Amino acid sequence: METLLQQTLNGLVAGSIYALVALGYTMVYGILGLINFAHGEIVMVGALVALQTILFLSSAVPGLPPLVLLLAGVVVAVPACMALGYLIERIGYRRLRNAPRLAPLITAIGVSFLLQTLAMIIWGREFHVFPQLIDTAPMQPVAGVVVSPMQIFTIVVAFTLMGGLMLLVNKSRLGRAMRATAENHRVAGLMGINANGVIAATFIIGSGLAALAGVLFASNYAIAHYSMGFTPGLKAFTAAVLGGIGNLPGAMVGGLVLGLVESFGAGYIEHLSFGFLNSSYQDIFAFMILGAVLIFRPSGLLGERVADRA
Amino acid sequence: MTSTSTTLPRPAGFSLDLRLQQPLLIVLAAAAPLVALAFGASWVRVLDFALLYVLLAIGLNLVVGFAGLLDLGYIAFYAVGAYTWAFLASPHFGIHLPFWIVLPLGAAFAALAGIMLGFPTLRLRGDYLAIVTLGFGEIIRIFMNNLNQPINITNGPQGIDMIDPLTIAGIDLSRNLDLFGMQVPSLVLYYYAFLGAVVLALVLVRRLQISRIGRAWAAIREDELAAKAIGIDTRMMKLLAFALGATFGGVSGGLFAAFQGFVSPESFSLMESIVVLTMIVLGGMGNLAGVVFGAIVLTALPELLRHFAVPLQVALFGKTLLDPEVLRMLLLSLAMILMMLWRPAGLLPARTRYAHREGRKA
Repeated sequence: METLLQQTLNGLVAGSIYALVALGYTMVYGILGLINFAHGEIVMVGALVALQTILFLSSAVPGLPPLVLLLAGVVVAVPACMALGYLIERIGYRRLRNAPRLAPLITAIGVSFLLQTLAMIIWGREFHVFPQLIDTAPMQPVAGVVVSPMQIFTIVVAFTLMGGLMLLVNKSRLGRAMRATAENHRVAGLMGINANGVIAATFIIGSGLAALAGVLFASNYAIAHYSMGFTPGLKAFTAAVLGGIGNLPGAMVGGLVLGLVESFGAGYIEHLSFGFLNSSYQDIFAFMILGAVLIFRPSGLLGERVADRA
Repeated sequence: MTSTSTTLPRPAGFSLDLRLQQPLLIVLAAAAPLVALAFGASWVRVLDFALLYVLLAIGLNLVVGFAGLLDLGYIAFYAVGAYTWAFLASPHFGIHLPFWIVLPLGAAFAALAGIMLGFPTLRLRGDYLAIVTLGFGEIIRIFMNNLNQPINITNGPQGIDMIDPLTIAGIDLSRNLDLFGMQVPSLVLYYYAFLGAVVLALVLVRRLQISRIGRAWAAIREDELAAKAIGIDTRMMKLLAFALGATFGGVSGGLFAAFQGFVSPESFSLMESIVVLTMIVLGGMGNLAGVVFGAIVLTALPELLRHFAVPLQVALFGKTLLDPEVLRMLLLSLAMILMMLWRPAGLLPARTRYAHREGRKA
C-alpha cells in the first residue's frame, strides 16, 4: 500500500512534466498538423540556459536566496526558449507550410539534431549537476509516503500553468483565434484573424511551457545534459497521442496517465515478467502505450477527431 | 508541331550520356578499391562501408522515397539482420551456419519486424509512422542492451564478437586471397562481394520502381486519397514497401556483422537512422543515382573531415575547435534543414516523368 502511494506520487511528478511538454506538441499539431520533433530540445535548452544563469548569478552575487536564483533562471530561460521557438517556426517551418508533408517532418528532425549538436558544442558532452534550489530531500513521511518540497512544487507549478493555459485558450481573444485557426486556418484568415501571428503565438506559448518543464525536470532529477530533451520529448508526444492529439485537456490527462503507468510499470515489471525484465526497461512503456493506442483507439482517450485526416 | 507518343522529346542532358555513362560507372566501380589501396587500406575500408550504406540507403529510399513513408527507426532492421547473423554464426551460441542460410533468415526476420510494425500504424497518417518507428528503434536498442540477464541472449552492451566472416564458395573473405601469385587483400574481397549485392539490389529496385507496384507507390506518395480512388490497395502497398525496405536493412545488417566480426548496440543508435535518412535527402529522394551518391558522400564525410577540417582549424585558430564527429553532426543536421528549404528534391532530383514513358514499355 505504501509503495502504491509512493509510485502514484512519483508518477504524478513525472506525469505533470510530461503534460507540460505534451501541451506544446498538441497545440502545434492541432493547428499545423505537424509533429514538432524539435519541441523536446526546447526542454533541454530551457534547462541548460536556466543552469547557466543560476551558475552565473550565484558566482556573481554570492548569498542570493535559492528561490531567487531559481526564479532568475526561469526568467531568463523562458523568454530565451520563446524566442527560439519563434525562430524555429519562422525560419524552419513557415515556408514549408504548403510543401509535401514529408518536408516539414524532415526539417523538424533536422532542427532537433541541430539544437542537440549546438548544445553539445556550447555545454559539452558531460552531464551537469543541476543545483537543488528547492529541497529534494524527503520531508516527514505522511502516511508512509515520502514526499519532497520539490515534488510538491513541481505538481503545483504544473497544474497552475495548465489551468492558466486553459483559461487563455478558452476565454481570451487570442485563445479564440487559436481555436478558429486550428479548425480551419483559411476561413479563420477570412474572418480577419492573422493566422501567421496565431501560429507564431502557439509556438511561443508552447516553447515557454517547455522551458519551464525543462527547469522542473532538471531540478527534480538534478541533472542537465545536451541530450536530455529527446526521450522526454518522445514520451510527451506519446502522452499527447494518448490523450487525443490536438486536444488540450487530452494532453494533460495523457501526460499524467503516462507518468503513472511508467512509475507503476517500473515498480512492478519484475513481478509481472517473472523476473525476466527489470526496471531498465522503463522506457519501453511509453512506446508500448503508443502502439496500443494507435491500434485500438487512434483518436486517443479524449479525442473526437479521427486521426486519419488524409 | 504535332507530337505523338513516338516522338516524345527526351529530357535534356539525358540522350548523350546514357551510352557512355554505364560502362564508365562500371569501370569506376571496379577500379575504385585498387585506386583507394594506393592511398592506404583505411580508404578501402571506407569504400566497403560506403557500399553497406548504399545498400541501406536503397532500402530506406524504397520506403521514404518511393512510398513517401517516413521511417525514423530504419537502423533497427539493420540491427535485426546483424544480430541474426551474430546469433547463428558465432561462438556465442556455438552455432555456425553458412551465409546462404543466415542472410535470408536475417532478411526474413527484418521483414517480419517491418510487417509487425507497419500493420498497426500504416492505416494512420504518415506522421505516426515516423514516431512509432522512432520508438521501435529505441526499444530494439534497449532490448539489445539489457537482454544479457537473467539469460544471456545479446551479451548486453559488450556485444558479440568473433562472428564468422562471409565465406562464399569456400573463399573466406576475411583472409587475403592468393590469386595466381597475387595477394588480394580481404578488404578488397569484401568490396567486390558488397558491390555484387549493391548491383543486385539496384537492378531489383529499378525493376520494382518501373513496375505496377512502383507506380502504385508513387501514386500513394503523391496523393493517397487519389490513389485509393483509382483502386490501389494503399494499405497493402504501404505494408509491402515497408517490409521490402526492412528486408534490405536486414541483409545489409548481416553483411555488416560478418564484415565487422563484432556487433554491439552502440552501432545501432538513432543517429545512424538519421545518417541514412540524410543520405537519401541529400542525394534526392526517390532517385536511385542520387541515393547512391548521397550514401557515398556521407560515408566519406567523417574521413574527409578528419583529413581536412582538423588541419584547417589548426591552421586558422591554432587548435581544433570542433572535433570531426561534432562537425559531422552539425553538417548533417544543417544539410537536412537546408535541403528541405531550398532543394527538397535533393542534389540529383528524380525525373518525374520517367514513369509515364518507361511504364508504357514495361
